[in-house]
Amino acid sequence: MGDMTRNDRNPRSGTNAVEVRGLVKHYGSTKALDGVDLDVREGTVLGVLGPNGAGKTTLVRCLSTLVVPDAGHAVVAGYDVVKQPRQLRRTIGLTGQYASVDEKLSGWENLYMIGRLLDLPRKTARSRADELLERFSLTEAAKRPAMDYSGGMRRRLDLAASMIGSPSVLYLDEPTTGLDPRTRNEVWDEVQRMVAEGATVLLTTQYMEEAEQLANELTVIDQGRIIASGGVDELKAKVGGRTLQIRPSDPAQLAAMAQALREAGLDGIAGAQAVPDEGLLYVPILSDEQLTAVIGLLGNRGFSLAHVATALPSLDEVFLAITGEKSTHPTDTIPQEVAA
Amino acid sequence: MSTATLTPTPTGPVPVRTHSDEGRIGLRANLRHIGALARRNLLQIKKDPESMFDVLLMPIVFTLLFVYVFGGSVGGSMGGGRQEYLNYLVPGLMAMMGMNIASAVGTGVNDDFRKGVMDRFRTMPIARSSVLIAKIVVELGRMMIATLILLGMGFALGMELGTSVAGLLAAVALSAVFAAAIMWIFILLGLAMKTAQAVQGVGFLVLMPLQFGSSIFAPTQTMPGWLQTFTDVNPLSNLADAVRGLMMGGPVAHSVWVTLAWAVGITLVAGPLAVSRFRKRT
Repeated sequence: MGDMTRNDRNPRSGTNAVEVRGLVKHYGSTKALDGVDLDVREGTVLGVLGPNGAGKTTLVRCLSTLVVPDAGHAVVAGYDVVKQPRQLRRTIGLTGQYASVDEKLSGWENLYMIGRLLDLPRKTARSRADELLERFSLTEAAKRPAMDYSGGMRRRLDLAASMIGSPSVLYLDEPTTGLDPRTRNEVWDEVQRMVAEGATVLLTTQYMEEAEQLANELTVIDQGRIIASGGVDELKAKVGGRTLQIRPSDPAQLAAMAQALREAGLDGIAGAQAVPDEGLLYVPILSDEQLTAVIGLLGNRGFSLAHVATALPSLDEVFLAITGEKSTHPTDTIPQEVAA
Repeated sequence: MSTATLTPTPTGPVPVRTHSDEGRIGLRANLRHIGALARRNLLQIKKDPESMFDVLLMPIVFTLLFVYVFGGSVGGSMGGGRQEYLNYLVPGLMAMMGMNIASAVGTGVNDDFRKGVMDRFRTMPIARSSVLIAKIVVELGRMMIATLILLGMGFALGMELGTSVAGLLAAVALSAVFAAAIMWIFILLGLAMKTAQAVQGVGFLVLMPLQFGSSIFAPTQTMPGWLQTFTDVNPLSNLADAVRGLMMGGPVAHSVWVTLAWAVGITLVAGPLAVSRFRKRT
């Protein structure tokens, strides 16, 4: 199956498998996409991070020929999404937020049908269905109707269905939304395996953690516009990498601790924020050294700490960091500035 | 991290491939796709046998109801009796059942096409019409089963074929062709309307006057003049007359040609509209 993938791919390495320029899609007065530019280099994963209603799904639907954009253009695997939809459909795979399999049919019947629709000979379609069910650990459930599958099984079947044609570009629209952590890890493993086999992936997600796990590059989208993009590490640095959560033994000391940290002016620390309601002090940090320095400083000043934890920034925090940054640099209208 | 990705050049898109016929879907591939999709519809029926109840019961219920409720009286006024009416009714019912099955296609399509699997079909390299054609093929199969049961009922109650087996087969074929045309209309409705209930409601309101305001259930001679004007132009009258003529004898040429003309006309208009609606549905 890898052969087909390689043959389909553009022979020049380092080129973009997906190029989107000025993509616009309005639904009535709602600007689902309001001039989106992005690139996905061949063989890499681009994470498109954004909240509900940001335009992620509309983007994927435009790039998979389900929706015709109002303006702008997009080229995927060398094909224009508007002018060459039929050619493009041979090279893409889509796994949506909602499983796109026939619920009444069994897992095997779904995969066989898709194989036949992709012009595989009967025998090949049969063996491909068996092979993919095996690979996605669905062999035991092969004969059960998809409606009886658990959420994770359904998502895996959906991924398997997208893989039958060995697409060179895969769109994964929130592939783990609504899944429990164990199933989520299974899906992540599969995605990583697909990438290892050479697929280019455009992944939309609401979770920073998912983006960090899977993506090489990140694009943050909000209200149909791209508000930041860059490497995962760059973006993480931008938003403070991790957040250190400190709970003092005495909640009354929160404000004093925050002030002590700010006045100390530790190198690279953007700022500490006390949240009295939660009894927590939030400190964005970039490195283990900073973590040690913060805790050390608080200890030296005689503060007693009850609990310390670190967390990846939530989507909210990412947005706060990005939009906060934008307001201090009003001229930074070009999203790519984040990387500078 | 690649700086190229961070600062894309807005003027440098990937060269667009230009092979214009690369995406064409050949006839054989198209038939194969229709086969695979029809198989899907058949599997759905196999897993949900209750969905065949309409096809199994409709011919039995309608035949018994009309023959025994109206048979004596209508048949009497036709100069015969219940037997006379049975010979009149069964060809009419054959024409009618196609319409009822066609309207069920509308609700089925509405239901089906709101599901995620349609997104998958629409992102695959298949002709979008093949999804709709597969549905029609399977529904015609369902109609054939209903027709067999109807004919079985008719013969069991004593219906006499006035022509030949060839005439009977021609009658079945003609009603199938016309039903297929009507299915395009209901597919279009099913795609255009928001809910399956709405499709069902509209289907019922449209079909009732068309079916009863025709020669399906009773001869039109005793109807008032204004109604006869309607029944004369009603294509269901032509279909019923044609089927009746092919099965029981009498002149058929005019009604057969008019029915075929309707079928072709409806297909040519509603077919492309339905496919384009399916293409654009988001």
